[in-house]
Amino acid sequence: MSNLTEIRWHGRGGQGAKTAALLLADVAFQTGKYVQGFPEYGPERMGAPITAYNRISDTQIRVHSNIYDPQYVVVVDESLLEAVDVTSGLKKEGAILINTARPREEIIPHLKGYEGKVCTIDAHKVSMATMGRYFPNTPLLAAIVKVAGIMDEETFLREMRASFSHKFASKPEVIDGNMAALKMALEEVR
Amino acid sequence: MAKRDRLSGNEAIAIALRQINPDVFPAFPITPSTEIPQYFASFVANGQVDTEFIPVESEHSSMSAAIGASAAGARSLTATSSCGLAYMWEELYIAASNRLPLALALVNRALSGPININCDHSDSMGARDAGWIQIYAENNQEAYDNMVQAYRISEHKDVRLPVMICQDGFITSHAVENMELLEDGEVKEFVGEYEPENYLLNPECPMAVGPYSITDYYMEAKRNQAEGMKHVEKVVLEVAEEFAGISGRKYGLFEAYRMEDAEYAVVMIGSAAGTTKDAVDQLREQGEKVGLLKIRLYRPFPAEAVAKALTGVKAVAVMDRAEGYTNHGGPLGADVMSALYRARSQALAVNYIYGLGGRDVRVEDMEGVFDVLKQIAADGDAGETYRYLGIRE
Repeated sequence: MSNLTEIRWHGRGGQGAKTAALLLADVAFQTGKYVQGFPEYGPERMGAPITAYNRISDTQIRVHSNIYDPQYVVVVDESLLEAVDVTSGLKKEGAILINTARPREEIIPHLKGYEGKVCTIDAHKVSMATMGRYFPNTPLLAAIVKVAGIMDEETFLREMRASFSHKFASKPEVIDGNMAALKMALEEVR
Repeated sequence: MAKRDRLSGNEAIAIALRQINPDVFPAFPITPSTEIPQYFASFVANGQVDTEFIPVESEHSSMSAAIGASAAGARSLTATSSCGLAYMWEELYIAASNRLPLALALVNRALSGPININCDHSDSMGARDAGWIQIYAENNQEAYDNMVQAYRISEHKDVRLPVMICQDGFITSHAVENMELLEDGEVKEFVGEYEPENYLLNPECPMAVGPYSITDYYMEAKRNQAEGMKHVEKVVLEVAEEFAGISGRKYGLFEAYRMEDAEYAVVMIGSAAGTTKDAVDQLREQGEKVGLLKIRLYRPFPAEAVAKALTGVKAVAVMDRAEGYTNHGGPLGADVMSALYRARSQALAVNYIYGLGGRDVRVEDMEGVFDVLKQIAADGDAGETYRYLGIRE
C-alpha cells in the first residue's frame, strides 16, 4: 500500500472539483496506474462546498471509503479556508495546494498550524490569460500533478492533449486554450 | 480481447447495455441512476444501438412499458433508484408473476425520509420479496459483469423471472475505477438472441397476459413462480462458469474471501465489501483468522451454501445497509441467521445496521467489527445481537 497516493479536493458546486478529480484519474490511468476518482455530494446546489477524491496506486484499489488522511489537498476556492477544515488529517509529508492570488505568507495563518508544504497558484489569472474565462480546475489539475509528482510534465501534457481531443471533439477551438492553461499552471505554481 | 478502461459504474452499465443492444428501454431519470439512460440515449442518437428508447413521465410508467414490451416478446429493461423503485412497486410484482425476464439496472440509494440521495440498500431490500432475482456488485467491474450475465439468467427456460442488477449509488455509480471491458462481439455472442417461447405478438399462439386469477388458481400461480426461483442458483453458477470462459473472471453465488480457516467472519453486500477486504488483509498480517463472505446473489438467498461456507466460524457479523424495523436487525441478518439455524450452526452471530444514507464505512470500522467478534467468541456470548455501526448516540 506504500505506493498509494491519496488526494482530497475541496471546491464549491459548479467549480469543477469533481471534473478535475475525474480528469486526474483519467490521466493517471493512461500511465498504467490503478485509479479512483469520486465525488462526495452534500446538498446539490451551486456554491455549496463539495469534496472529491483521488486514489492512485500501482496495485488494485478495493477500499471504497472517503479519504481522511490524504497526502495532498487541493483547495479550489480559498473562501473554503474559513468554511471547511481543509487540513483535517493532511499528512505533513504531503502538501496543500491553494487557488489564491495572495502570497503564501498570508495563507499560512489560515491553515491551523499545518506543518507541511504549502503551495499556491492563481488559477484565476492563468485561466483568464489562456482561456478568457474562469475555469479553475484546468490550472489546478496541472498544478497538483506537479506538486504531487504524479507523472513527468511531458507525459502529462501529451496525455492531456489526447484527453482534451476526445472530450472536446465537438469544439476543438477550446483545446489550445486548455493546453495553454496547463502549461502556464506548471510554470506558475509556487 | 479485453480492453482496459476507466469508467464510472453508471458508464459501465450503459456500455454493457450498448453491447447487449436490448429491444426496448423506457426510462425516467432519478439520481444517482440518471446517467444510465443519459449515456444510453446518446448511443441511440448515434445509431450505435437500435433499441426503442422511450422517455416516459414516471417510474410507474417506465416499468409498465418495460413489462408491456417484455410481454410482447421484446428484451426490455429500465433503470432507477430509491423512490423511483418505490414508485414501481406494483409493477415489480406484475413483472415477476407474469414470468417476464426483463432487467432493472438499480443504483442503490436511500429511501426518503429524511430526504437523502446517497447509498444504502433500503430501496432494493424493500423489494426483496417481489419475486425478482437480485444480484449485487462490489465495484464497477462486477456491475458490468453482472449486467452482461443478467439476461442469460433471467431468460433461461427454467427461470423466466425478472432480474435486478444492483450497485451502490455514488460509491460505485459515480466513481471512476479501472475496468476490463469485453469486446462488443464477445458480449453479443455470450448474451445471444432472445427467443421467447410465449409472447403477445405471436399470431400462432394467441394468449392473454396478466389476467384475473380466481382463488382456485392464484396459489398455484405463486407456487410456479417459486419453482422458477428454485432453479436460479444452478443457472447463476452455469452462466458464471461460461462467463469465466470469455472474461477470466470467476463469479459464484457469493465470494468467500480468505474464509478457508476463518474463525471470525463478516457477511455483507456491496461496495463496503472491498473496504472489508483491506481490513481482512491487515488483520491476517497480524495472524488473525478473519474472512469475508460477500453476497452476490441475494434473491433467491443461497441459504445452504452460505451456511456451509460459514462452517467452523466461531463468530459472524452480518452487515445490513438497510433497516428492517423488526427490533432485532435487518433483512440480510434475518436470512443469514435462519440459514445458520437450519444448518444447526454453533456460530455466535450479531447483526449490524451500517452505512445508511451514505454514512461512510472505513477500514478501521470493519477492523472494529472483527475486534467485537473476537470478544464475543472469547465471552461465549453474542450479547446484544442488534447493533448499529458508527452511530452517534
